[in-house]
Amino acid sequence: MNKKQKSIVEQTFMYLIIILVSIIIFYPLVWTVGMSLNQGNSLYSSSLIPKNFSFEHYKWLFSEQSDYLIWYKNSMIVSISVAFGSVVLTSLVAYAFSRYKFVGRKNGLYVFLLLQMFPVMMAMVALYIFLNMIGLLDTLTGLIFVYLGGQIPFNAWLVKGYFDTVPRELDEAARIDGAGHLRVFWSVMLPLSKPILAVVALFNFMMPLFDFLLPSIVLSSQENYTLAVGLYNFINDQFANNFTRFAAGSILIAVPVAAIYLYLQRYLISGLTAGGTKG
Amino acid sequence: MKEETSNHPFKNHNPTIATVLSIIFAGFGQLYNRRFLKGFIFILLEVAFLLTVLDSINYGLWGLRTLGTMPGTDHSIRLLVFGVLSLIAVVFLLVLYVFNVIDARRQAKKLKDGWQPKGFKKTIIDFYDSAFPYLMTFPGLFFMIFVVIFPLLFSVLLAFTNYNLYNSPPRNLVDWVGFANFKELVTVPIWQDTFISVMAWTVVWTVIATTLQIGVGLILALIVNDTRIRFKKLIRTIFILPWAVPAFVTILIFSAMFNDDFGAINRDIIIPLIGGDGIPWLSEPIYARTAVILVQTWLGFPFIFALFTGVLQSISKDWYEAADVDGGTRFQKFRHITFPHVMFATAPLLIMQYAQNFNNFNIIYLFNEGGPPVRNQNAGGTDILISWVYKLTFDTNNYAMAAVISLIMGLIISGFAFYQFRQTKSFKEEGEI
Repeated sequence: MNKKQKSIVEQTFMYLIIILVSIIIFYPLVWTVGMSLNQGNSLYSSSLIPKNFSFEHYKWLFSEQSDYLIWYKNSMIVSISVAFGSVVLTSLVAYAFSRYKFVGRKNGLYVFLLLQMFPVMMAMVALYIFLNMIGLLDTLTGLIFVYLGGQIPFNAWLVKGYFDTVPRELDEAARIDGAGHLRVFWSVMLPLSKPILAVVALFNFMMPLFDFLLPSIVLSSQENYTLAVGLYNFINDQFANNFTRFAAGSILIAVPVAAIYLYLQRYLISGLTAGGTKG
Repeated sequence: MKEETSNHPFKNHNPTIATVLSIIFAGFGQLYNRRFLKGFIFILLEVAFLLTVLDSINYGLWGLRTLGTMPGTDHSIRLLVFGVLSLIAVVFLLVLYVFNVIDARRQAKKLKDGWQPKGFKKTIIDFYDSAFPYLMTFPGLFFMIFVVIFPLLFSVLLAFTNYNLYNSPPRNLVDWVGFANFKELVTVPIWQDTFISVMAWTVVWTVIATTLQIGVGLILALIVNDTRIRFKKLIRTIFILPWAVPAFVTILIFSAMFNDDFGAINRDIIIPLIGGDGIPWLSEPIYARTAVILVQTWLGFPFIFALFTGVLQSISKDWYEAADVDGGTRFQKFRHITFPHVMFATAPLLIMQYAQNFNNFNIIYLFNEGGPPVRNQNAGGTDILISWVYKLTFDTNNYAMAAVISLIMGLIISGFAFYQFRQTKSFKEEGEI
C-alpha cells in the first residue's frame, strides 16, 4: 500500500510538471495570437483576450498598402533555390569525400568547418563590398549565392556521415556491372540517402526564411525584402512601431512552418543523429 | 627494369629537362614529352593568363601592399578586397603551375622507363577517373572560396589596419598598423574593461544557458518516458512546439512580453502576484541577463528533449532488468545506465549546442539589442562577444577593432571545435577508391 501511495504521489508530481511546462510553452504563443486579433497597433492597449476582436491586421497584410505578399514570394524564391541548390552542391561534395581519394580529402572538410566558426559580422562587410563589385547587391541572386556557399561545410559533413553508412559493396557491385562514377552516384547513393537529403533540403529551406541579419545588409529596397526583414521592420521602424501587424504577419508564416516541423520531427532528429554522431 | 630490355625510343629521355622546361613556360615540358595536345592546352592557358589577368593581379597585389597612395582617389578598402581576391587567384594559378611541373616530370620518368603512351581515348578516360573527385568538389569549392575563405581573409587582414569611422575611405587612406589594435585592446582601460566583462558574460551565458537547456530537456525526457505516464504522443508534440515555431518570431515576442512598462510578464504576472511596479527586465543588466537565459532555455530545451527521447527508447530493457536483479535503486540505474547511454550517443551534438550559444547572435540582438547600456564600457549588459562585434561594425563603424575581436573569438571557438573533431571517428578513417 505504501509503495502504491508513493507511486501515486510521484505520478501526480510528474503530471504537475508536465502541465506547468505546457502552460509556459503555450503562454507566449497564445499571447501572440491574441495580439494579432487586437484592434489598434500598440502593445500598450492590447490584452491577451482581445476586447475588440478583429481581423483588421490580417486584412491589411493582404491589402494594396502592404508588401507582405511580395515578401512572401521573395522568401519562397530564396528558400526554394537554396534548398534545391544545397542538395545538389552538398551531395556532390559529400560523394567525393565519402568515396574517393584525393588531395585534401582527409582534412579539407574539417578545415572549412573550423574556418566557418569565425564570426560572420566582418564577413558581411567583405561580402557587401564584393556583391557590390559584381553587381549583385540588393538582389535575391546575391543573397542565394551567399547562403549556398555558407551552408556547404556543415551539410556536406552531415551528408558524408550518412554516405559512409551506405555499404561500399553496393557501389562496387554497380561498378562491376559497368556503372560509371556518376551512374553510381545517381542510381545507388542518392536513392539510398533520401532521408538525409530531405533533412538538408528542409534545413536549407527554413534557414533563409527566418534569417534577418544577412538580408537586412544585402537587400536595401522594400520590394526585394524577404519576410524576416519585412516583419522585423514592422517593429523596428521608429516611426511606425506596429507590433500587432508583426504578430499577424508572423502567425501566417509560423503556423505552416511549425506544422511541417511537427510532421517531420522524427526524421529531422534521426537525420541529425545519424549524420552528426557518425560524421 | 633491366638495361637490355630498355630499347625503346625514349631511352634517353631526361626528366630533369622536362621539369626545367615546364618551369620555364607551362606546357613546354609536355611538348618535350610529345604530349602535344596537353602541352598546347597548358601553353594556351599561360598565354591567356599573361595577356589578360596579369595586370589586374599585379594591381591587386600592389593595392594589398600599400592600401593606396593617393587620398581621395585610391579607395583603400576596395583595394584590400581586390588584393585578397588577387591573392586567391595567385594561389589557384600556383597550384595549376605546380601541377603542370609535376605532370611533366612524372610523365618524362614513365617514358624513360619504357611506358607506352595509351591512345587518345584511353588517356581521356584515365584523366576523367583521376579528376572525378575534383570535378565533384569544384562547384562547392568555388562557392566556399567566395563566401567563406575570401571574407575570412579580408577580416583577418582588417585586424591589422586602422580602419574606423574617423579614418575611412574615400577621404582618408587606411594603413597597415601591425599589432597596434591588439595592444590597444589589452592596454586602453575602456577597451580592456569592456573586453573582460563581455568575455566573462559570454562564458557565463554559454555555460548556464546551454546546461540549463540540456538539464531541462533531460528531466522532461525522463518524465515523459516513464511507463506510468499516459498521452505520451500528445505531450511530446506539445514539448517540441517551441522548436517548431521559428525562433526569430518567438524571441521578438518574448522581447515585447518582457517590456518593463507594458509587457505582459510584468502586467499580468509579476504585478498581480508580487505587487510593486514590476521588474525592470530590460533596463537592469542582472534582470536582462536572467531573462535572456530563461528565453534561451525555452527555445533550446525541445531539441534536446526530442534527441534524448529517441536515445531513451533505444536503450535495451535488459540493462534495467539486470540492475533489478542486483537490487539497484532508481538513482543507481539512472547514474550507471541511463545517463552514460544518453551522453555517449549525443555528445557531439551537445557540444555543438555550447558552440552555438557562444555565437548565438539572434537571441541577444533581437531580445534587447544587447542592452541595457552599462557605464564605462562600450558594450551593453547582455552583449556577448558576437553582438558586441556587430555593434562595433554597424553602429560605431570601428571595423579594425571588430576584426580583432572576431579573430580572437574565431580562434577560441575553432580551437575548441578542433579538439572535438579530433575525437570523432571518421577523422581517422581513410578513403578506399
